[in-house]
Amino acid sequence: MSIAFGNPDRPNSYIGKTVPRPNAEKLVQGRGRYVDDITLPRMVHVAFVRAPLAHARIIGIDAEAARAVKGVLRVFTGADLAEVCTPWVGVLAHLKGLKSPPQHALAVDRACWVGEPVVAVVATTRAAAEEAATLVEVDYDPLPAVTDTMTALDADTPVIHPDLGDNLAFRRLHEEGDVDAALANAHKVVSARFRTARHTGVTLEPRSILVDWNPAEGQMTAYHATQAPHMMQTVLATHLGIPESRVRVICGDVGGSYGIKVHVYPDEVATAAISRVMARPVKFVADRLESFTSDIHARDHEIEARIAVAEDGKILAIDVDDWTGIGPYSVYPRTSAIEGNQVVNLCGGPYDFANYRAQTTVVFQNKAPTCQYRAVGHPIAVAITEGLVDMAAAAIGMDPVEIRRRNMYADDAYPVTSPAKMRFEGLSHHASMNKLMEMIDYDALRADQEEARKQGKHRGIGIASFIELTNPSPFMYGIGGARISAQDGCTVRMDPDGSVVALSGVTEQGQGTEAMLSQVVAEGVGVTPDKVRIITGDTQVTPYGGGTWASRGAGIGGEAALQAARALRGSILEVAASMLQADAAKLDIRAGQVVDADSGEERMPLEELGRIVYFRGDTLPKDLPRELVQTRHFITMDYPFAFTNGVQASYLEVDTDTGVVTLLKHWCVEDCGRVINPQLVDEQIRGGIVQGLGGALYEEIHYDEDGQLLNGSMADYLVPMAGEMPDMQIGHVETPTGESELGAKGAGEAGTAGAPAAVMNAINDALRPLGAQVTEMPFTPERILRALGKIDD
Amino acid sequence: MTKVFSDKVDIALTVNGEPVEGRVPAGQHLVDFLRQTLGLTGAHASCEHGVCGACTLRVDGQAVRGCLMLAAQADGAEVWTVEGLTEQGSSRDLQQAFVARNALQCGFCTPGMIVAVEDLLARGGVPSRAEIREHLSGNYCRCTGYEAIVDAVEGVAQARAGKGAA
Ligand code: FES
Ligand code: FES
Repeated sequence: MSIAFGNPDRPNSYIGKTVPRPNAEKLVQGRGRYVDDITLPRMVHVAFVRAPLAHARIIGIDAEAARAVKGVLRVFTGADLAEVCTPWVGVLAHLKGLKSPPQHALAVDRACWVGEPVVAVVATTRAAAEEAATLVEVDYDPLPAVTDTMTALDADTPVIHPDLGDNLAFRRLHEEGDVDAALANAHKVVSARFRTARHTGVTLEPRSILVDWNPAEGQMTAYHATQAPHMMQTVLATHLGIPESRVRVICGDVGGSYGIKVHVYPDEVATAAISRVMARPVKFVADRLESFTSDIHARDHEIEARIAVAEDGKILAIDVDDWTGIGPYSVYPRTSAIEGNQVVNLCGGPYDFANYRAQTTVVFQNKAPTCQYRAVGHPIAVAITEGLVDMAAAAIGMDPVEIRRRNMYADDAYPVTSPAKMRFEGLSHHASMNKLMEMIDYDALRADQEEARKQGKHRGIGIASFIELTNPSPFMYGIGGARISAQDGCTVRMDPDGSVVALSGVTEQGQGTEAMLSQVVAEGVGVTPDKVRIITGDTQVTPYGGGTWASRGAGIGGEAALQAARALRGSILEVAASMLQADAAKLDIRAGQVVDADSGEERMPLEELGRIVYFRGDTLPKDLPRELVQTRHFITMDYPFAFTNGVQASYLEVDTDTGVVTLLKHWCVEDCGRVINPQLVDEQIRGGIVQGLGGALYEEIHYDEDGQLLNGSMADYLVPMAGEMPDMQIGHVETPTGESELGAKGAGEAGTAGAPAAVMNAINDALRPLGAQVTEMPFTPERILRALGKIDD
Repeated sequence: MTKVFSDKVDIALTVNGEPVEGRVPAGQHLVDFLRQTLGLTGAHASCEHGVCGACTLRVDGQAVRGCLMLAAQADGAEVWTVEGLTEQGSSRDLQQAFVARNALQCGFCTPGMIVAVEDLLARGGVPSRAEIREHLSGNYCRCTGYEAIVDAVEGVAQARAGKGAA
C-alpha cells in the first residue's frame, strides 16, 4: 500500500506538515550536549603549536620550557605520532590524474601552510596546554611560498612537492559539440572574468573532538562534532591500526557544520592518536584563530568565461576556464578536486544548449587546504552561468527573464542529459520562474526601480536560475575508492508501550533531521510523531550510513526510514490480524490504534499489542512472526544524483557615492521534490541564502603574498549579521523524484547556490546605466567604487 | 605557569539565584568558570573575544559577554544563565516562540540570543523589525539567516505588550 501524498486528509498525514523539532526544546533551554560540554574522568586537553610560516623545513623542536609548565603531561612531535598513526593521501580513482602527497597528523619535517599543526602539548587543563604551546620553540628554515593560483604552474614557480613533479593537483577538460565554431558564427559573444573569494564556514561551535581509548576494552570512543560518523570510524581505525569494529564514533549536538565538519583534520586525528598513546580521554576544541587557519577553506576560483548567443537569445555555446588553488594537500578522503569538478558539471545547468567546453585547473599552494563547503561548486557555477546570461541579455537588448525563458529546458522535456553530461530526471525551471514572477511582481518591481532612478537611487533586480545536486549515489565518492557510504539505513522498532524508536545513519546538524525522521516514521507506522524517538549519530547503535552531506538526509535517510516504518507497520498488522482474527489487509494503524481500515473503528491500541507480544507471547500462535523491529536500507540506483532546481531574485540598492549595497528583499522558489516539513525546508533555504549573501558581499579570507593569513578573527572576516540581512520570501514547486516512494530531494544548498549570482546580477542591473559592472566577489564598497571609476589608484 | 593563570582569587557570587563560592585563576573568564567549574554549559564559547555573542550572560541586570569578563570580576555579582532563566520560567514564552518558529537550527547561538533578546524586551514596547535586527547585530547566527529569530522576537514583544496593556 503506498501513501496517498496527494490527499492531505489521509490518516497519519504527517509528511508535508510543519511538525515541531523534537530536539529544539533542549537547545533553547541550554541543555544541548556539544562535544565541549562533555567531561570524562581523567580527561586531558591538547593544544597545538602551529606553523607560523607558509612553507618551511622543520629543523628542530625544543619543548623544554613547555614541559616545565605546571599541568603539562606530554609533548608530541610529528615523528612521535608517525609511529602510531599512518599518513593518508586525498585522492579518488575516478578523478583521473588527481595527485596529492601523504599527509601526517602532525607535520614531520616540513610545514606547508600557516596553521598546520606541528607539535601537540597535552596538559590537565586547556589553559595550561595553551600556555605551554606558546613556549615550544620550533626552528624553521623558510622555503619559498607559492600563493598565487594563476602562476602556480609557471616554470619559474617553485614546486611545493618535488616528488609530484609540478604544482598541478588535477585538471579536467570537458568538451561537447563544437564550441569554436559556435563562437565564430554567433550573433554575439560576451566574455567576462569572474572571481570568487576564499571562504570558510565559521561554524559557531569550533571543530571539537574528545577521544577516549580504553585499552582494557580495546575500544576507542570518539565524541566528535562531525557530519559523517561512520566515515570517521573507518578513518580512525585505518590510520591508528584498530579494528573498525573497535572504534565507536558518537556525534551528539553539533553547533553548525555546513560541510566544514565532514573532513579529516590532522589535529583531530592527532587527538585520537594521543589518546591511543596515553590511554586516557583527550579533548581538542579549536580556538577561533585555529578555526580560521585550519578549518577547510573553499571557493577560491578565478574564471574566464564566454557565452555565444543568437539574435533571438538562444544560447549557442558556453566556454569556461576555471582555476582554483587548494592549499598544499588534497583533503582526505573526499579530495579537494570535487569543487572544480562541480564547476565543470554545473555550468550552464538550467539551459538547453549544444556546445559546451569547460576546464578546471586545480593547483597546490601554501595556504590552508580547501575542500567541500556548503553548495560545493554551485555558487561559482551559478555566478558564471547567470552572470554570462545577464550580460548576453544586455548585449542583445533582451529582458533577463525573457532570455532565461527562451533557454531553460522545457518542463516536459525530461529526462534529459545536459551538455555537461548530467542526467536530469525531472525539473521545473519554467514553473519555478513563473512562480517567482508572481511572488516578486516583476512588472511592479521594474516600475519601482524606474521610479527610484528618477530620484537618483540606483536599484537593481537580479535573477539567478540554478540546479542543485542532491542525493548522491556512489558515483560521488564510492566509485573512486573512498569508504563513504551513499546508502543509508534505518531501524524502526515498537516497544511494549506502543512507542516507536527509529535509529538512523543520517545525522542532525541543526537542519531538522530528527523532526523529518520522526514525521516520516510516524506516518509510515501510523502513530503520532511524539510517539517516535529518533536516535542518530552513534556508530555502535545505528545502521551503517553516510551521514549528512550533499543534501542527502531527507532523500536517502528519509526513504530508508519510510521503508523501515512501513515494514514495521506490516509486522504489527500481522500480529494484530492474528489476535483479532481479522484480515491484515483490512486493518490499518492510525494514531497508535489498530483500526478497521474501512470504518476507522478502533480495534486495539498498540500498547495492548505490545503487552501481548512482549509479556504474553505464549498466547500467540507458535509460528506467528512477531518481529517488531525492522531495518531497511536505501540507495539511489537510477540516477547518479537527484538534481533539484530553483530560481532566486534579489532587489537591492547601490549607493554610488559610498559603494555600499543595501539588500531590500530576497526571494527563492525551490523545487526539492516532496517537501516533508515546509518550515524546516524554508529555514534551510533562508539560512543557505544568507550564507550565499555573505559570500556575495562580505566574506573573503585574505593572505599576503608570503602566505600569511591576514584576517583570522570574527572581527576581521565579516559574515552576515542580523542588521544587514533582508527578509526572504520562499516559494515551492514540487517535482518528486521517482526513485523513492517519499520523492524527496535535498534542499540544504539551494540558498547558497543561487544567492551570490542573484546579488551580482542585481548590482550590475543597478550599475548598467552608469556603464559599470562587477564580477569579483565579494562586492565590497571598494570594488563597486572602482567599477564606477571613483577610485583608481 | 605565568602569573595570570597561577594566581588564584576567591570569589563569592550568586548564579541563577544560588550562592556560589570559588577559587579561580585570575585570568579565567566568567564563561569558562560557569561552564567548567559549575557545569553550566548553556552559555557557549565561540569567538572568545567579544564578537559573536554566543557567551552572552546577564550580570547584575545587564547583558554581558562572558568571554570578556573575568570570573574574578564577578565577585559579588548576580549572574543569570539560560539554565536559570529556564528554571525561573521568565523566558518561557520566548523559548516557546523560538521552537515554534524554528528560530534555531544548531542551537549554538541560541542561549546567547535568548539573553540578548531579553535585554531588548526589558526596555518595554514593541521594537520594530529593524530595531530587533539592530539589537541582535552583536549576536552571530550562521544557521538561520536571522529572519526566523526576528519573527519570534517580534511575536513575543507583541504578546508581552498586549498582556501588559490588558
Ligand atoms: S564567545 Fe564571547 S562574544 Fe564570542
Ligand atoms: S542556530 Fe546555529 S548558529 Fe544560530
